[in-house]
Amino acid sequence: MSGPRVIVVGGGLAGLAATTRIVESGLQVDLFSLVPVKRSHSVCAQGGINACNNVARQQGYSEDQHCDETLYGGDFLAHQAPVRTMTHWAPKIIDLLDRMGVPFNRTAEGRRDLRLFGGSLFKRTHFSGASTGQQLLYALDEQVRRHESEGNVSKYEYWEFLRPIVDANGRCRGIVAQDLRTMTIRSFAADAVVMATGGPGLVFGKSTNSVMCTGAAAARCFTSGAPYANGEFIQVHPTAIPGADKLRLMSESARGEGGRVWVPRSAGDARDPRDIPQEERWYFLEEKYPAYGNLVPRDIASREIFSVCVDEGMGVRGENQVYLDLTHKPRDYLETKLGAILEIYRKFVGEDPCELPMRIFPGVHYSMGGLWTEYTATSDGQLMEYGASNSMMTGIPGLFAFGEANYQYHGATRLGANALLSCIFDGLFCGHGVANHAREHADSATDDTLFASAVQEETDLQSRLTGSPGKENPYAIAKAMGDEMTAAATVVKTESKMIEALESIRSLQERAANIGLSDTGLWTNQNLSFARAVPDMLALAEVMLLGGIERKESRGSHYRTDYPDRVDDPFLASTVAKWNGGQPSIEFEPVQLGIVEPRARTYGKKQTA
Amino acid sequence: MIAPNDRAPGTRTIFLRILRQDSPEALPRWERFQVEVETGMNLISCLQRVAANPVTVEGDDSTPVVFDCGCLEEVCGSCTMVINGKVRQSCTALVDEYAPREGDEIVLEPMSKFPVVRDLMVDRERLFHNLKRVKAWVPIDGTYDLGAGPIDTPDHQQMRYTMATCMSCGCCLEACPQFNKEEAPAEWDDAFLGPHAINQALLFNEHPTGQILQDDRMEEILGVGGVNDCGNAQNCVKACPKEIPLTESIARIGRAATFHGLKRFFSGK
Repeated sequence: MSGPRVIVVGGGLAGLAATTRIVESGLQVDLFSLVPVKRSHSVCAQGGINACNNVARQQGYSEDQHCDETLYGGDFLAHQAPVRTMTHWAPKIIDLLDRMGVPFNRTAEGRRDLRLFGGSLFKRTHFSGASTGQQLLYALDEQVRRHESEGNVSKYEYWEFLRPIVDANGRCRGIVAQDLRTMTIRSFAADAVVMATGGPGLVFGKSTNSVMCTGAAAARCFTSGAPYANGEFIQVHPTAIPGADKLRLMSESARGEGGRVWVPRSAGDARDPRDIPQEERWYFLEEKYPAYGNLVPRDIASREIFSVCVDEGMGVRGENQVYLDLTHKPRDYLETKLGAILEIYRKFVGEDPCELPMRIFPGVHYSMGGLWTEYTATSDGQLMEYGASNSMMTGIPGLFAFGEANYQYHGATRLGANALLSCIFDGLFCGHGVANHAREHADSATDDTLFASAVQEETDLQSRLTGSPGKENPYAIAKAMGDEMTAAATVVKTESKMIEALESIRSLQERAANIGLSDTGLWTNQNLSFARAVPDMLALAEVMLLGGIERKESRGSHYRTDYPDRVDDPFLASTVAKWNGGQPSIEFEPVQLGIVEPRARTYGKKQTA
Repeated sequence: MIAPNDRAPGTRTIFLRILRQDSPEALPRWERFQVEVETGMNLISCLQRVAANPVTVEGDDSTPVVFDCGCLEEVCGSCTMVINGKVRQSCTALVDEYAPREGDEIVLEPMSKFPVVRDLMVDRERLFHNLKRVKAWVPIDGTYDLGAGPIDTPDHQQMRYTMATCMSCGCCLEACPQFNKEEAPAEWDDAFLGPHAINQALLFNEHPTGQILQDDRMEEILGVGGVNDCGNAQNCVKACPKEIPLTESIARIGRAATFHGLKRFFSGK
């Protein structure tokens, strides 16, 4: 082994961007992923990626306006210097992706086209059809493949991260991972480890997330001592297509391109939607939010849809669904701008959204919370210091968290088309800091017993599972967890419901100790891998509920009917959870302000009687 | 977010007949499972139900069926398998299409052009290896701030976008009579690239900066296992779930290869 080595866990946008940047700085990277990196969950992102651009700039937009929108959208819960740095890097990131060959949609003159997205009155979203995440991921995947072919990246695909290896001084010295085909468990040493492992959608059972988004990797860092912050902030996307196996995202770009949300004015109206005249349709978002209309931020749209269906019983045909209507737009226009997502609807619902309004309902989509991370601000507090060796480092020195896996940038709600940006930004900007960290801490002395005992503990855990006489079914426990969490910790929360759910989660934790496997073999055992993740998901569920109970206010996606207002004193603060060997506790950490003064987040809602 | 509809209309019992294989060396065997399904369900949901209660129709305890899946919305390419004899993604395979009536049966097999890892999961590493053979990337100078990329017309962008939606799922390779199973990685460089990688070679030749590697790509395309192995069966284009005009890509690169060959002949390189 020559020179410092970095491990990157996760091959989505954040992990691939980090890998590229770290290799460019001259280091070797070992890249671990549950799936071939080209199949990572980033492919599911549809709508686009935000950045100030020349057109918007000449209409009065700026990077600082993008920063303001992001902070306002996030209800001022995000630390401000990282957000401002990200928005100032955004135009450069778009240029870079353009150079990598991303087929961004073009204007007649051949320049990058732009679309409108939630939380902004300016067009600042760049897009590649309606599969922008896929196209960005492929561009980065191609760059990493190039580095791989030049011998600077070693890929470990179909490998699962089991735990960080933490030495007696509390430093991360490597990881334990398992080959999911041969089931070999072994340790890997590194001078820095980056967790780019995405979100925990599966904690809610069904969500818009891919099947590997259990959050288990982040949970394993949490239970190894890395604090987890703002867990209660879960984004529920307003427009998803319900399904038996998952909730399929219907991109915000459908509204950005003119889609209108409505229900019939009379409850239970069973007519074909095309036969319902305009004056008998209730465009409730446009009516309540005249300025932003259908493009209010996601938490607001989700709550309004939820309220219309659940509280007022006005859902289409009495069910929990509303119309998302694109039928007033020309077919050619829709196919060019939104083809990929219209095709998803056609394939799964069997109806053509160009002819019939889509039927949608909110679905769990994104976690604003994640592993707590630190950074170094510039002396004036306005930006992050480039190259600082603690850029997005977790509470375990040497262990970093990038992308959805950390708690930065998005505060209490993420704006649409800011996730792709934050993932790539973390990789490129903070990747440089990781490379510096690895150089500063390169240490060839490895403690063999430390590594061997970490491997032994994971092997023992596996043996307990494969040898367990327990009768509990891991899939049944996961389903019960998903149902509890969806009912208690999504669109509308109350103290009593969260406390009940917490009790249920704790009893599920007890049941999880008695999981028995239907497959006890040691060759490509997906049953084992899933069962091992169940207690990890339950640990995150507990943190999400504890944070939600302690946060006695409403802010962004965290909406409590018993505390309906935002309360800045004392809750303009992140919740920081610590594991404490199985007795998790919550502390509050003040938000780093200094750029935008917090103000009421109303989006110009009309007051109703 | 949706309350489960446990006994929705359209609830029925169907059967899955699955070709299983415990390991690469093991012999394949058939197993049959009974699943209760509802309208709108896809095959992945059926396999998930089997996983939660893996008992065969004979009443024997079995194991969850191993298969690849990811996004469940046909954009990651993971869940490709052979369903009733045809290759496709299982996430978009709806039970209403395959088993509309009580007692209907669906037959699932792994792809035959890649080595089986276990059950329906195959090793598609060769597919990614082939992307290295054709240098399917734009050779940028680095990730530094060097300004915008080249201008592109909307029509050309649309053409590139369509080619770029290829998710490396392998359907075209399963359908191609010229693309054969090759277990040994040492043999991959001389075996047929297949429509998937040929389309990617064209995609990057179509990019103004990607073009810099055009000669390298054309050497691979003209070489052993290159475009000359295509038998023009045209199965690939029919199997592609993203409707990428693969035969058109092959024809275009074939013409470019001829030109490249002539250039090479006259320049003596």
